[in-house]
Amino acid sequence: MKDKRLGNPLQRQGVQNTVAAVIAILIGMLVGLIVLLFTDASRAGEGMLAILTGGLTDLKNMGQVLYYATPLIMTGLSVGFAKKTGLFNIGAPGQYMMGAFAAVYVGVKWTFLPAGLHCIAAVVAACLFGAIWGILPGLLKAWRGINEVITCIMMNYIAMSMSNVLIRSFIYDRAKNQSFRPAETAELPKMGFDKIFVGESGTPSSVNAGIVVAIVLAIVVWVVLEKTKTGYELKACGFNKDAAKYAGISEKRNIVQAMIISGALAGIGGGLNYLAGAGTGIMVSDTLAQQGFDGIAVALLGMSNPIAIIFTGILMAYLTVGGLAMQSFGFVSQVITIITSVIVYFAAFILFFSQIIAKFAKGRGGEQNANAEPGDSGQIPPAQGPTASGEGGEQA
Amino acid sequence: MSEYVIEMCNITKEFPGIIANDNITLQLKKGEIHALLGENGAGKSTLMSVLFGLYQPEKGVIKKDGKEVKIKDPNDANALGIGMVHQHFKLVHNFSVLQNIILGVETTRGGLLKMDDARKKVVALSEQYGLRVDPDALIENITVGMQQRVEILKMLYRDNEILIFDEPTAVLTPQEIDELMKIMRGLAAEGKSILFITHKLNEIKAVADRCTVLRKGKYVGTVNVSDVSKEEMSEMMVGRKVSLNVEKKPAQPSEVVFEVSGLTVVNKEHGKKVVDNVSFQVRRGEIVCIAGIDGNGQSELIQAVTGLIKADGGTVKLKGEDITHASIRHRNTHGMSHIPEDRHKHGLVLDYPLSYNLVLQSYFEPEYCQAGFLKYDKINQYADKLIREYDIRSGQGGNTIARSMSGGNQQKAIVAREIDRDPDLLIAVQPTRGLDVGAIEYIHRQIVAERDRNKAVLLVSLELDEVMNLSDRILVIYEGQIVADLDPSQVTVQELGLYMAGSKREEGK
Repeated sequence: MKDKRLGNPLQRQGVQNTVAAVIAILIGMLVGLIVLLFTDASRAGEGMLAILTGGLTDLKNMGQVLYYATPLIMTGLSVGFAKKTGLFNIGAPGQYMMGAFAAVYVGVKWTFLPAGLHCIAAVVAACLFGAIWGILPGLLKAWRGINEVITCIMMNYIAMSMSNVLIRSFIYDRAKNQSFRPAETAELPKMGFDKIFVGESGTPSSVNAGIVVAIVLAIVVWVVLEKTKTGYELKACGFNKDAAKYAGISEKRNIVQAMIISGALAGIGGGLNYLAGAGTGIMVSDTLAQQGFDGIAVALLGMSNPIAIIFTGILMAYLTVGGLAMQSFGFVSQVITIITSVIVYFAAFILFFSQIIAKFAKGRGGEQNANAEPGDSGQIPPAQGPTASGEGGEQA
Repeated sequence: MSEYVIEMCNITKEFPGIIANDNITLQLKKGEIHALLGENGAGKSTLMSVLFGLYQPEKGVIKKDGKEVKIKDPNDANALGIGMVHQHFKLVHNFSVLQNIILGVETTRGGLLKMDDARKKVVALSEQYGLRVDPDALIENITVGMQQRVEILKMLYRDNEILIFDEPTAVLTPQEIDELMKIMRGLAAEGKSILFITHKLNEIKAVADRCTVLRKGKYVGTVNVSDVSKEEMSEMMVGRKVSLNVEKKPAQPSEVVFEVSGLTVVNKEHGKKVVDNVSFQVRRGEIVCIAGIDGNGQSELIQAVTGLIKADGGTVKLKGEDITHASIRHRNTHGMSHIPEDRHKHGLVLDYPLSYNLVLQSYFEPEYCQAGFLKYDKINQYADKLIREYDIRSGQGGNTIARSMSGGNQQKAIVAREIDRDPDLLIAVQPTRGLDVGAIEYIHRQIVAERDRNKAVLLVSLELDEVMNLSDRILVIYEGQIVADLDPSQVTVQELGLYMAGSKREEGK
């Protein structure tokens, strides 16, 4: 909305969505509290407090929030961007894993590169591998009309097994059953964060330039979607592919383009996570990367808005850090998974909540929007945009 | 006992920013057909939704047989004997006719359906009122006209006395409309009271006893239909004099702009030729109309020449250039404009603001786009210009989301966009479908003006009035073939109807 209307702020779409998201979070917290009460009522209050304040207890934890947020923002952007163009990229976990592998491979093997270049090369490799993992479902959808959800899920499992094979073949650290760590030259610069975000005991947080990259990319994605010709075309396809075709926009090219960008974003997320210098390689295991699926939650809660995704990504990371703090009171970390799941579940109701808020705001009077014409509703189809139907599907 | 079965007195219903019904009074006599006339957005549907319990009015009372009643939801309405046939039917497509009719009021014995009693009642009703239906046919297999009869039977099965028809003719063929009119008269003769929502004056003249006119949410008046002319009613409805006939000078066609030869389109599913070896030309300064009954290949023909589907044979030439295999963008930028048949499917991105929609085929031009970035100032300026020149009404100007605009204004936006692109050939497919008299008049004038600016116009229409009024040449399409090339001044409506029905064919065609 360009026009800054006066009157009740609750009547603005953005405000409504934000309030609705907050309601979803509160419900999630409430359910979490109930679970804690069932587990150990005597310490539930302390546990809840740990979840709520864990990310703020000291500067190190604040840094950790940003560190955990980095991959979540990236996969959130990946899913959100695809969503804006009418695609459901459930392939973010696979793209994330391939990106992670590529970054670590370059980080371990290409030690001939000088420090600055090495790290950039590793991120670019992550971006490329993510993009390749995105392009395949894109091509199949554009040329053969195969639903991207199905191909993306299959690509996820291929990525999982393939990265295991590739790690074992090229960069396997037998002792730890994981990949080698990237060389120090490939690690992302700390940008002085390790001086700011230091814990009481003097240990610095793992936060690094990755969070800056993620935020910058979120802004870039927003600019692309809102300000450019490409964004205009991509969103037109997302909203109404028939009208886009009528306007002479190539739908096929758009699908492929969107999946490349989407895959690249998730891939970069994988790269940034493992180039953080946090001292870990990629585990060899038969599970899909959780950060990829969390991206769906982040995007859903942020209504696919790139700027909102920065905040929802940080929120999810905050809960993760709070969850770690909670464990010291004897609660299992799964409680956090339950809370985030409930939040995601209710995030699907954001549209519903915002409608209630809108109704409430209308009841309060104030300036009204004059373009609604409920009169001859036969002329206007029911307002079930792609958002409404899409979100229903994502719960499945 | 009151003279009126239903009275809606001083009803006021407000929506945010708009008073949809402002102090409206409507009185329905027993056994009459009462038309409710008004343009799109005049508040007809809102008023009926109030009567049907879908909305609660802020002010005003509803009386049944002189006694005040409260209608809180459609169940209350049903209990009072009020039934409604919605514009978009509410039927279960994979249920049979009989199952649909009894849905919600099933009679059972020990938890099992007693279909025999229901069947007897339905058959009796359909005979009594001349509503021919096959009780065992599935809804998805029967015609729209028959689906409508099922809706009427649903009301009768529930013993409704007050029947509301919401724009019932919008989806029907001329023959089906005649039959519906007959049915409505029969129902009224049996003592049912009918409220008939419409903006088609011919139908009011044909069937209604009295008519209440609404304009912009306000009550204009109630008249006896036999006392007033169509012109007077349309003036009441629009608020100014409206010409029901299109005024235009004789055409002065010059060189050929558009040439289609041997065009063939094969349906992928059943392999039949839906467009069969069609050839015609359109010259500058003439309106050529493709007339025909819906489903005779018009849509496919237009989609093939505009590039939305691939042609399976033949050539399409625009200004001498073969564009048979050209991209849609190439056609758009080389002199072809297209007002599409389905404005929601093809014409607009409904979730985009109006300004975005007005540059749907030109956003990439250097005027609106620089180095990959859109120039919003320029786009907004252009949108404001079109909104002004073409009188497109919307709540927040160019920022209005297209979905929230009325159908008439959505169509105006498309017409403005397509004409303002200054094409050599304007293709208009059913440009006035579902619009009210004021908007139809406006769009007709724009199309004629386009012709007078020496543009070629190819019109596709299902409305015989529009075909006869607007075109300089009529091509009749029947089962995918052009069966006649007629001069509208030399042909009668009846004759045109014979060509359209396939019972007549010009020699050599």
